[in-house]
Amino acid sequence: MANRIPRVPVREQDPQARATNFEEVCYGYNFEEATLEASRCLNCPKPRCVGSCPVHIDIPGFIHHVAGGDLAAAAATIAADSSLPSVCGRVCPQESQCEGSCVLGIKSEPVAIGKLERYVGDWAIEHAAELPKPEITPNGRKVAVVGSGPAGLACASDLARLGYQVKIFEALHDVGGVLVYGIPEFRLPKERIVAREVEAVKRLGVEIETDVIVGRTLTVDDLLDREGYDAVFVGSGAGLPRFMGIEGENLNGVFSANEFLTRANLMHAYDDDYDTPIYPGRKAVIVGGGNVAMDAVRTAKRLGAEAVIVYRRSEAELPARVEEVHHAKQEGIEFRMLTNPVRVIADEKGNVAGIECVEMELGEPDESGRRSPIVKEGSNFTIDCDVVIMALGTSPNPLIKSTTKGLDTNRRGCIVADEEGRTTRPGVFAGGDAVTGAATVILAMGAGRRAAKAIDAYISGK
Amino acid sequence: MFEITSRRELSPNIVEMKVHAPRVAASAKPGQFVIVRTDSHGERIPLTICDFDADKGTVTIVTQAIGLSSRKIVDLREGDAFADFAGPLGNPSDLLDLPEEELRKKRILFVAGGVGTAPVYPQVKWLKEHGVTADVIIGAKTRDLFTYVDEMKTVGNVFLCTDDGSEGFHGMVTGLMKDLIDNQGKTYDHCVIIGPMIMMKFASLTTKEYGIPTMVSLNALMVDGTGMCGACRVTVDGKTRFTCVEGPEFDAHKVDFDEAMRRQNMYRDNRKTNPETHNCKCHG
Repeated sequence: MANRIPRVPVREQDPQARATNFEEVCYGYNFEEATLEASRCLNCPKPRCVGSCPVHIDIPGFIHHVAGGDLAAAAATIAADSSLPSVCGRVCPQESQCEGSCVLGIKSEPVAIGKLERYVGDWAIEHAAELPKPEITPNGRKVAVVGSGPAGLACASDLARLGYQVKIFEALHDVGGVLVYGIPEFRLPKERIVAREVEAVKRLGVEIETDVIVGRTLTVDDLLDREGYDAVFVGSGAGLPRFMGIEGENLNGVFSANEFLTRANLMHAYDDDYDTPIYPGRKAVIVGGGNVAMDAVRTAKRLGAEAVIVYRRSEAELPARVEEVHHAKQEGIEFRMLTNPVRVIADEKGNVAGIECVEMELGEPDESGRRSPIVKEGSNFTIDCDVVIMALGTSPNPLIKSTTKGLDTNRRGCIVADEEGRTTRPGVFAGGDAVTGAATVILAMGAGRRAAKAIDAYISGK
Repeated sequence: MFEITSRRELSPNIVEMKVHAPRVAASAKPGQFVIVRTDSHGERIPLTICDFDADKGTVTIVTQAIGLSSRKIVDLREGDAFADFAGPLGNPSDLLDLPEEELRKKRILFVAGGVGTAPVYPQVKWLKEHGVTADVIIGAKTRDLFTYVDEMKTVGNVFLCTDDGSEGFHGMVTGLMKDLIDNQGKTYDHCVIIGPMIMMKFASLTTKEYGIPTMVSLNALMVDGTGMCGACRVTVDGKTRFTCVEGPEFDAHKVDFDEAMRRQNMYRDNRKTNPETHNCKCHG
């Protein structure tokens, strides 16, 4: 009756201590904890978790290996479907994917699939040198990958294994895309995890050139015509921040979450040894309820500000991972639900002095299936603050679209591509947030891998 | 790494560097900018491209030491290298889009001030190569602070002015603009102003009086320079625009300069960027 064992709790940094530092919140399982937790898996004949995983990892298969202590086999099982287990184990919304459909969750707690995946991924990073190196036979064909985020890294590593000579072009100075500029250190360590996942991709022979903005430094056509690539994969993400369009949004002290997080994460602004400044203010109001809002609010808190989430729906509709909301609350973040800003208030110098909000109530479900928020007339009130951070979502950058003939985008600016990543331009493939709009790491990774297969088929058939 | 192949001081705090960045040099057009980082711990700093040579693979930048990061740039020597040199970013000057015939008919005035003089140069040079000789007003507080005058004279008709009258017209650029038009019979149907924000504000008020269509190149704060952060937001014609991807040149008569100036000072009192309070280990 293995399922009688309660879910093995994961060790975490003390909330009060971690609210003032950028060290990783969750310590993860050790070997004993991982094998014990793995023993809870019922190994269902028709595992629902696999069906709920966007890339269909053989979850009972890898967990079975963990339970038996064979971590190399567990790593190989995951690697068949995922190239970023250390990352996805940390950032996937497990509660609405694998763990959300675990049968154990009906009567008790689901198997901690995410924490086990992370454990195996981290083990594989530590033991990379000992794992068998894949046999790669170069096939003499070249593929360019635009963007070094999850989609690009996954696509590049699969193509490299197939024998392609792959080069990733990254616009920023550091590699990893949203993994380095978006997700904070306290959730996804950059040196220990991201950089080493990137190293693993490089070991396959993938080259990475930073400081190349495709659409400016080079165009997709340059890559195909001048630089001799047989195909191009565009995984340029969704980096363009949205604003609300309300009065006072350009006051000093109003930032996009992208700016705030890029300063903190990519530019290490929280570290005095780095030159980039950041301004968390005395009290920061973060507008939004997604993971990016949680990342921004917890970053502001760690930088010493009183930090508040303002979200127009109720807690049940928060799109952020449950774990992030839970961690944010533990760290002392104030949540003001059913609240929507209408205006940012200025002081006499044009700095933020407060944010005027209205109370909301929930009406009928909208097209997203969530109950739509309705303004309570006359409920206006003001929250005093000196920083406002807008975390309202992002859309794809138009640079590549506007410089690539024959590449169609939809009305939201997303590149039009089929399931396998084929765009309207032959030889050009795309995947991840550039196609879907802002989504998850695992969906981007899956799209990158499917596109790698399609690129292989395209080039082989040329 | 991007090596500095030559370096010369234009004035005590202003330095010109040619940087080996072949990809940028091959794609650069007048009006665009680069983002540079001196070292792994440095800020990303936007700088307007002042010249480029695709054959030699070099891009010329001119930097004035003002804060911590610009000081770090100016302190680099020939043979040193930038950790990062990314670009070209932003849109080329609108003039490049004009059909040759239309371009040749244009009577174009450039107004340059301070460290904004060098970024005017590639545009004037490009016009010269396309058969148009533009008038260029260069303004400085005093004669010792002029930069790029000799270079500019090789490609355009240069008019100098100084606040203290030590060289050229005695007065500010706005005074010289009026003098050229009112007293010297000059007429213009296009103007480009590049310089300190306050100078661009007043110079574009002057061209507005004369009804001359005018572009300004804004030097907003930026982090990535590719549209991601929105730090460079500016209000143009009542709408929020991103300087990095929608600019850097905008219709001068529609720019909210007061907001732009305020936003430039967002981090001015920050203890990191203010050299007086900066406390990192970068200078030992």
